[in-house]
Amino acid sequence: MVRQCEHCGERRQALRRPKTGHKVCRECFFQLLEDEVHETITQNQLFKKGERVAMAASGGKDSTVLAHILSELNTRHDYGLDLFLLSIDEGISGYRDDSLETVKRNEVQYGIPLKVLSYKELYGWTMDEIVKEIGRKNNCTFCGVFRRQALDRGAALMKADKMATGHNADDMAETILLNLLRGDIARLSRCTAIMTGEEGALPRCKPFKYTYEKEIVMYAYFKKLDYFSTECIYSPNAYRGYARDFIKDLEAIRPRAIVDIIKSGEDFRISSTARMPVQGVCSRCGYISSQKLCKACVLLDGLNRGLPRLGISRTRGIKSTNGVADIDEKSAVAGAVGNGFSKKLSLEF
Amino acid sequence: MWAHSRGGLELLFGSVKCHEVDLDSNEITVEKLLVWIRENLLKERQEMFLKGKSVRPGVLVLINDYDWELMGHLEAPIKDKDSVVFISTLHGG
Repeated sequence: MVRQCEHCGERRQALRRPKTGHKVCRECFFQLLEDEVHETITQNQLFKKGERVAMAASGGKDSTVLAHILSELNTRHDYGLDLFLLSIDEGISGYRDDSLETVKRNEVQYGIPLKVLSYKELYGWTMDEIVKEIGRKNNCTFCGVFRRQALDRGAALMKADKMATGHNADDMAETILLNLLRGDIARLSRCTAIMTGEEGALPRCKPFKYTYEKEIVMYAYFKKLDYFSTECIYSPNAYRGYARDFIKDLEAIRPRAIVDIIKSGEDFRISSTARMPVQGVCSRCGYISSQKLCKACVLLDGLNRGLPRLGISRTRGIKSTNGVADIDEKSAVAGAVGNGFSKKLSLEF
Repeated sequence: MWAHSRGGLELLFGSVKCHEVDLDSNEITVEKLLVWIRENLLKERQEMFLKGKSVRPGVLVLINDYDWELMGHLEAPIKDKDSVVFISTLHGG
């Protein structure tokens, strides 16, 4: 029953590629996957020669594989990038301390410098302290909002020109679906962008936008990459969890579903009658925001004033419109937050 | 044979990553192995690992480091001394 690789015709098949259905050997799989990421990078002009690029590193599978492949491609194709790893320590004992150890090993294994920045340094609070204040129900809102800003601040501090994150095709499909389910048209229209924030100081890009999670995990497993895989100890985002399970169920029946959802998301045309938020900057910290105060400053305000629910519950008088946490932050929950846009959607395919 | 769990799944098996399993026949299928695992090894939260007769979508299965999708999924045969690895992809990255 042993069959030959459909690509090289020589070696034994090792896996079935979800996007194409091709059955390939390990060596061809590595080559094909790396070539595809390279193609995504060049076709979308994600990087320019000489740029200093922060790779957001959580110690998990996606960012570990990203660090590995990006540093490999940087050498192989002479991108001329100055790469470094950027990690955020949220201050979650028993979770982040362990994953940070993984990132520290990656620093040595890949020979890429690492910068770790903590919530405590940036905001004066650890996640453990925040959870003590707020309980476990809405803590992911804090964490998601804070992490996104923390990465930007860390990257700015390190004088990066750009940031690369490990968001994969499954994440992207999930986010498209979630924005559709929440009626969040503004985010639906921008969540498929492979590069965001180009107008600001620090653009972010997703080299794995079209890379399946299955392949990332297989790559890490076959290459014996060192990654950390425990779920955060605080409650997972239930709504996102349902969307994730749904997508995995679809994938099991028809693996192309994931790229097809992304394709649909990319081809949506948002009607001009949908009112889009105007992006400005936070009057307190200068971070990009569609409101006077950015989401992180509102949340922080609540914490410091002993009103930790400020910015989470729907309140009159306090505009809870959220223009800060972009949808691509996996754990940023905006579900509880009203989004104040008129929701007229017209779809063209 | 050996059954291994990765990607956080080991937590469902009392944090033990590798289990040696004695087969009572020369060859079984993955489907049968899953039944045996459910009855003998799985300590908590079965729904994190299994769905219906199969693994939960998002759990990868490798037999001797080859994708089970190449060998007939649930029908894939397992023999003595084989190694089966289950890897969860269902966690943050």
